[in-house]
Amino acid sequence: MSANLSAIFYLLSGILFILALRGLSSPETSRQGNLFGIIGMTIAILVTFLSINNFNVGFIYVLVFLLIGGSIGAFIAFRIPMTAMPELVAGFHSLVGLAAVFVAISAFLKPEAFNLGNVGNIKLASLIEMSLGAAIGAITFSGSIIAFLKLRGIMSGAPIVFKGQHLINLILGLAIIFLIYYLCSTQSSSMFWSLVAISFLVGVLLIIPIGGADMPVVISMLNSYSGWAAAGIGFTLENTALIITGALVGSSGAILSYIMCKGMNRSFFNVILGGWGATDQSSTSQNKEQKPVKNGNADDAAFLMKNASSVIIVPGYGMAVAQAQHALREMVDALKKNGVKVSYAIHPVAGRMPGHMNVLLAEANVPYDEVFELEEINNDFANCDVAYVIGANDVTNPVAKSDPQSPIYGMPVLDVEKSKSVLFVKRSLSPGYAGIDNDLFYRDNTLMLFADAKKMTEEIVKSL
Amino acid sequence: MEIDPFIFRLSIFILSIFVGYYVVWSVTPSLHTPLMSVTNAISSVIIVGAIIAALAGSSEVVFETSSIFGFLAIILAAVNIFGGFLVTQRMLQMYKKKKK
Repeated sequence: MSANLSAIFYLLSGILFILALRGLSSPETSRQGNLFGIIGMTIAILVTFLSINNFNVGFIYVLVFLLIGGSIGAFIAFRIPMTAMPELVAGFHSLVGLAAVFVAISAFLKPEAFNLGNVGNIKLASLIEMSLGAAIGAITFSGSIIAFLKLRGIMSGAPIVFKGQHLINLILGLAIIFLIYYLCSTQSSSMFWSLVAISFLVGVLLIIPIGGADMPVVISMLNSYSGWAAAGIGFTLENTALIITGALVGSSGAILSYIMCKGMNRSFFNVILGGWGATDQSSTSQNKEQKPVKNGNADDAAFLMKNASSVIIVPGYGMAVAQAQHALREMVDALKKNGVKVSYAIHPVAGRMPGHMNVLLAEANVPYDEVFELEEINNDFANCDVAYVIGANDVTNPVAKSDPQSPIYGMPVLDVEKSKSVLFVKRSLSPGYAGIDNDLFYRDNTLMLFADAKKMTEEIVKSL
Repeated sequence: MEIDPFIFRLSIFILSIFVGYYVVWSVTPSLHTPLMSVTNAISSVIIVGAIIAALAGSSEVVFETSSIFGFLAIILAAVNIFGGFLVTQRMLQMYKKKKK
């Protein structure tokens, strides 16, 4: 196949990828979009085979490895529980990053196979592109591994901070630029390997200071990085499909990070530099013992909701941890039988990744037109009888609206306190991730249900 | 003076960033998780580079250092392609409208 013809086909697969993302504008068109994505990928792979024209024994190995990888991927895709989606995505990001590093290494070792010149005499532009691809890919890989370990609970979600952290990151960042510069002027392979090694280290250092609840930002950011790494390799290989895809994925991840930061009213740098409100944790926990809370049980909750005309459910990460989504759906079904109108309110940063709650509710067969975003539903709390908060905390804290001293002041929150009564399912009165006490616990219209989210919901179903 | 082909690629890149920007803003927030898994799958189109790298050897020497990295990258990218698209498909199947 001629180079021009294959370039046209690569463009075609790039366009199909754009359509794949376009399809996600609504659930109805999304499945078709995914199909476009699969067709685009198939075209890209077939065209690559046809344009190489070098069908030696290696070709069979390519197919074998493709099938090995494909079967592993398919196996994971069918077996993974929906609650594990954040760590799965983090894990997948790490693979893209490492693949980018490997392709860059291969191009550096054998540039003639990619038309980039010869060993020791690689074209300058290609050298810059491949070193950027390798560096970003390596950061994506090691960063995603840390994110994966934190999300999986293998590593503690608590931020790891040490003295001089920012300084070390700065020095390493400068070292990367320095190494790329010297790599370009000397073509030395030791520079290349040091660049890859330092980038792996930067990825680790970048993610360890970021805490568990900031994971939505981290995971989107790594999504973005994996795109930029792919684009860097795309420039090296002069491949349109890769360049288009890299740009799409890069901007997609960047937009998601922006949305997540806005959902917490924090700047991107504030999140990346780690830690949130860890300082005034002690002062708030002292006065909390004295304030009285109303404590209820499943029967009280069932009674309140059965007699309500409208109920809004506010799910959070706790629902995912307790795997309470199916029990929740049963509860809602029972309420609907009693003529209660039920809807769901999702905060942008609920859960550990963008859209996390929506997927879990969809898994539990909750129709997506009963699920609303913060701006769509926030005014409805004032007219609602019961708000059922299950596993969410900081995103409901009215302090964000009233107390300028609070670390979460200005963060958009769900106006849960405006509903006639609030049922708050929580295991204890402990503060949420931001380390601040939730004023909502002590309000007159709040009934605390101290239990595991799933157990409590199941008990409510029984008493309905 | 002739324009360097790099400039054309750069143009494609920058225009694609804009396309991505507008397309992604139109994605409904409830599908943000499938968005992440599908972008993950499509960014594995990096497999084209892996295939070129893997086939750079000759018939006599299939496995040399550079092609081994290519083969490894093929496995990684293939896990992502199949895993990414299939898990996205699985998620999207779950999004249903209210039965009227």
